[in-house]
Amino acid sequence: MISNKIINKIIIATAIIFSLNSCTKDDKQTVVTKNTLVMSDEFNVDGAPNPNLWSYNIGTGSNGWGNNELQYYTSRPENIKVENGVLKITARREQYMGEAYTSARIVTKGKFETKFGRIEARIKLPRGKGLWPAFWMLGSNSDTAIWPQCGEIDIMEYLGSSPTKVFGTVHGPGYSGGNAITKTFTLPNSRFDTNFHVFGVEWDENYINFYVDDVLYNQITPSEVTGDWVFNNPFYIILNMAVGGNYPGAPNSETPFPQEMLVDYVRVYQ
Amino acid sequence: MKNTKINYLRSTFLLTIITLVNLNCERDLSDEAKEATFAKTAEIFTDAPVGMGTNFYFPYGPDANNPVGSKFTAWSVDSNVSYKGNASMRFDVPNATDPQGNYAGGILRVDGAGRDLSGYDALTFWAKASQGVTIGEIGFGEDFYPNKYITTMRNISLGTAWTKYIIPIPNASKLLQEKGMFRYSAGTQGTNGAGYTFWIDELKFEKLGTILPLQASIMNGNNITRSTFVGVTSTITGVLATFNMPNGSNQSVSISPAFLNFTSSNTSVATVNDAGVVTPIAAGTATITATFNGQPATGSLTINCTGVYINAPNPTLSPSNVISIFSDVYTNVPVNYYNGYWAPWQTTQSNDFAVLGDNVLNYTNFNFVGIEFSSPTVNATSMTHLHLDVFIPGPISPGRVFQIRLTDFGANGAFGGGDDTQSLPYLVSNNLVSQNWMSFEIPLSQQVGLNNRSHLAQIILLGGDNSTLYVDNIYFHN
Repeated sequence: MISNKIINKIIIATAIIFSLNSCTKDDKQTVVTKNTLVMSDEFNVDGAPNPNLWSYNIGTGSNGWGNNELQYYTSRPENIKVENGVLKITARREQYMGEAYTSARIVTKGKFETKFGRIEARIKLPRGKGLWPAFWMLGSNSDTAIWPQCGEIDIMEYLGSSPTKVFGTVHGPGYSGGNAITKTFTLPNSRFDTNFHVFGVEWDENYINFYVDDVLYNQITPSEVTGDWVFNNPFYIILNMAVGGNYPGAPNSETPFPQEMLVDYVRVYQ
Repeated sequence: MKNTKINYLRSTFLLTIITLVNLNCERDLSDEAKEATFAKTAEIFTDAPVGMGTNFYFPYGPDANNPVGSKFTAWSVDSNVSYKGNASMRFDVPNATDPQGNYAGGILRVDGAGRDLSGYDALTFWAKASQGVTIGEIGFGEDFYPNKYITTMRNISLGTAWTKYIIPIPNASKLLQEKGMFRYSAGTQGTNGAGYTFWIDELKFEKLGTILPLQASIMNGNNITRSTFVGVTSTITGVLATFNMPNGSNQSVSISPAFLNFTSSNTSVATVNDAGVVTPIAAGTATITATFNGQPATGSLTINCTGVYINAPNPTLSPSNVISIFSDVYTNVPVNYYNGYWAPWQTTQSNDFAVLGDNVLNYTNFNFVGIEFSSPTVNATSMTHLHLDVFIPGPISPGRVFQIRLTDFGANGAFGGGDDTQSLPYLVSNNLVSQNWMSFEIPLSQQVGLNNRSHLAQIILLGGDNSTLYVDNIYFHN
């Protein structure tokens, strides 16, 4: 990969040359490397996802899970199963329980919750407008602390209509929905729907670092958020693929169905 | 995981792009060209043509559909307009009434050895126009011979602001010595005949890595069946490939068949070559399908080969006794068309073919058809008969008749004007047979209503049942 080496050199060179006038932060940010594996699901057992770790969200939630999403979430193997070493979340265009699409959403709520850590997953994403897969977390107190007070960390969100972009986001009181603190990462020479990529956060007291593969592309600290910092608490993990809704818009005639979100593993390090 | 400094990211991306571009501009292309058998030069035009040699611009010339061709001066280098640097390519699309050419079109071909494009996945450029306009065709791979790997994007919408366009390369591994760097065709169909200008800058091949090939189609995705004979070749057409672009939209391009891999379901009946030319070799049925990047393409061509073609009997009359409308034996007079597609009642289609040099009119879905030869009209005053050979490959429906009518355009030699005369339908045969050439001699003196035959201009064949009819050797004689 000669071209990569060249690019790396260029990045370093340009960074040095232009760091003085382009950097808004100093370089004293805390970047912790957490390497002790405390939880992992490698999705190596065919069948339903491990019931000791994952629960299903079924149905349409309230208002399409708050976003006017179009899918009905099921626990059927047509929508979610482990096969050949990966978790497959499959979005389908089919009439089911009054909805036009089906998909799946699983959560570790009450089964695995963590305060801080490095949380990452290796995922191959789908293609097509209207598909909205995500790897994310909600505060474990989400039943009592009404969103966005509970806090939300979106480790990876992706729209099937933008195959080269993902974004990492936090939502909290005063900075949620359209005002969330977010940053987009763009793959320079590839796409997220053709290969697996690693998406993760390194999260500790008063910071969350977002990375894709070996690129750390954002750090969010209390000084970035326009409200209370609600991330020094336990969170649980969510994997889902939404169809339609306010954010991605509805699928169009070019959206292929079914579409799969493939998860090779979910790992948590401390 | 490697932690890079996040703070620099935004500026790094921007500056990296600039740096890369600068490197490209400064790269010594001739050094690189020496290393490879064929140059891998990416740029075609930046501020001037790059590595194109001296004689590289070839406008489209006259052809059967356009007697003038593209306006020769349509393409130029504009030093006053550029997206980047100090010049761009300028295309002045002429008015539809311009006597020097009513559209702009042509190719940029390397004057010298071709380029190795196998390392790229797109042709990209920046473009804008003097007004919002849709450009008919932009692509690459056309070198005028052999035009093996043409790729064309159609109906490109240009605005008045510079915008980047991406044309995906269908299968770059095949482009190891390509000379056809760029092709375009732009008319004024969408501007009521009014000319306009568009500019293209930074025209080059790139390895984007962000284009996902989807599916291809042949025969426009349809499953086509064609009846034919041993040795009568068919060509795979309607070849399109679709890609998911970096912005998530799907883009289709028209491509040469050679980008695909073809398979015949029965190679003892028909073979297919790399260029998509299908050759029947024995009676039977064979279906041609294709793959694109290993994926099956939609659409197919099924060949029903009925065996060896039976040629029409060869005419034996002396040419001095003949005015030929359609024949391989005589020199034909100018013919406007052998199928007028007369709307709205005509259903007849033409799928004419040639068997080893013997051309045959093949009317499919035949109900009636008009043949016109009015430029100039034919003076058949000294002729006594119209000859034609007819072959009906399918069964004859009960009661079927075959008739003709003749039209004379009168002294003015043109349609209308009050001097045209037309014969009533003349019964040629009510005793048709299948699978045999029937030779008819039609006496011109018996054409009721045809007042004279000094300005004959049309032969109309009637009496079809929407089956297939072959016709050969149409001529007047005495």
